[in-house]
Amino acid sequence: MKLFLVACAALSLCLPLHAKEAAPLAEDPVVEKRLINISEELRCLVCQNESLAGSQADLAKDLREEVRGLIKEGKSDNEVKDFLVSRYGDFVLYRPQIKPSTYLLWAGPFLLLFIGLFSLFRFLKQRSKEVVDTPLSDEEKKRAEALLKDAQS
Amino acid sequence: MNKFTLPLVGFIALVALLAVGLGLNPREVPSPLVGKPAPDFKAPQLHDPGADFSPKDMLGKVWLFNVWASWCVSCREEHPIIIEYTKRPDAIPVIGLNYKDKREDGQRWLTRFGDPYVLSAFDLDGRVGINYGVYGVPETYLIDKAGVIRFKQIGPITPTVLEEKILPLIKELNK
Repeated sequence: MKLFLVACAALSLCLPLHAKEAAPLAEDPVVEKRLINISEELRCLVCQNESLAGSQADLAKDLREEVRGLIKEGKSDNEVKDFLVSRYGDFVLYRPQIKPSTYLLWAGPFLLLFIGLFSLFRFLKQRSKEVVDTPLSDEEKKRAEALLKDAQS
Repeated sequence: MNKFTLPLVGFIALVALLAVGLGLNPREVPSPLVGKPAPDFKAPQLHDPGADFSPKDMLGKVWLFNVWASWCVSCREEHPIIIEYTKRPDAIPVIGLNYKDKREDGQRWLTRFGDPYVLSAFDLDGRVGINYGVYGVPETYLIDKAGVIRFKQIGPITPTVLEEKILPLIKELNK
């Protein structure tokens, strides 16, 4: 019995040596943080309404791996994005770059707003011209006053 | 001019714009690679792991680069069209890229459905695919004598695409 206990104690001493800490999911937290930041700005091409960060599609996993590799190589965020744009096109960016082919995209909403405001003002001006003030005659004024008095009493 | 004319014209324009938008295929993303040199790579061949393939081997030829996989359903749809094409006397070489597949599965698939490829490169981890901007299999690239991508078909090649787009372009590039 004593021997058994000693053996147990000896074994338990050995145990911590063997139990290895679970490998962390993210090898390098800084790299993973940048990976998430970049891939949230990128569209997954398979599930087009998902970001690269959130997609479970095989291609998204491969691309995340690729981006992780690029970050480890020391590429800047913009270089990583350029890498993907040069292969998959502007479509991968949720925030398209401002350049001649995207001017309309960026300016369009403001242009529409401007057109809307312009038409509204023109319409209001036109209407105020059409409505002509016709002052009440003395008789009508008296009638109106009488009616108002009736209502008050 | 009736006072309803202007809003009506605006409404019709809006409907026309939306109708065109509905008709477009959102999966067809224009590739920035068209007009650019085909990315270089070196990959083992599907049937001969010891031998490599590189697009540089094809310089001086107009060729088709077809990305396929045994797990890809629409590749089966496309496959007979490629086989038919390669039977033509004036067919240009077609190189396959076996994308993210198992070697045995890829080889078995070609045995079963026929092998129209001069050879297939084997892209186990999909790295070649990423460099070519592949996001859905099948995809096909038409590459000219100088190694520049001239056309990209996303999704299966249909008889219409082959007749109306690929064949005329091949004729032009082979001049």
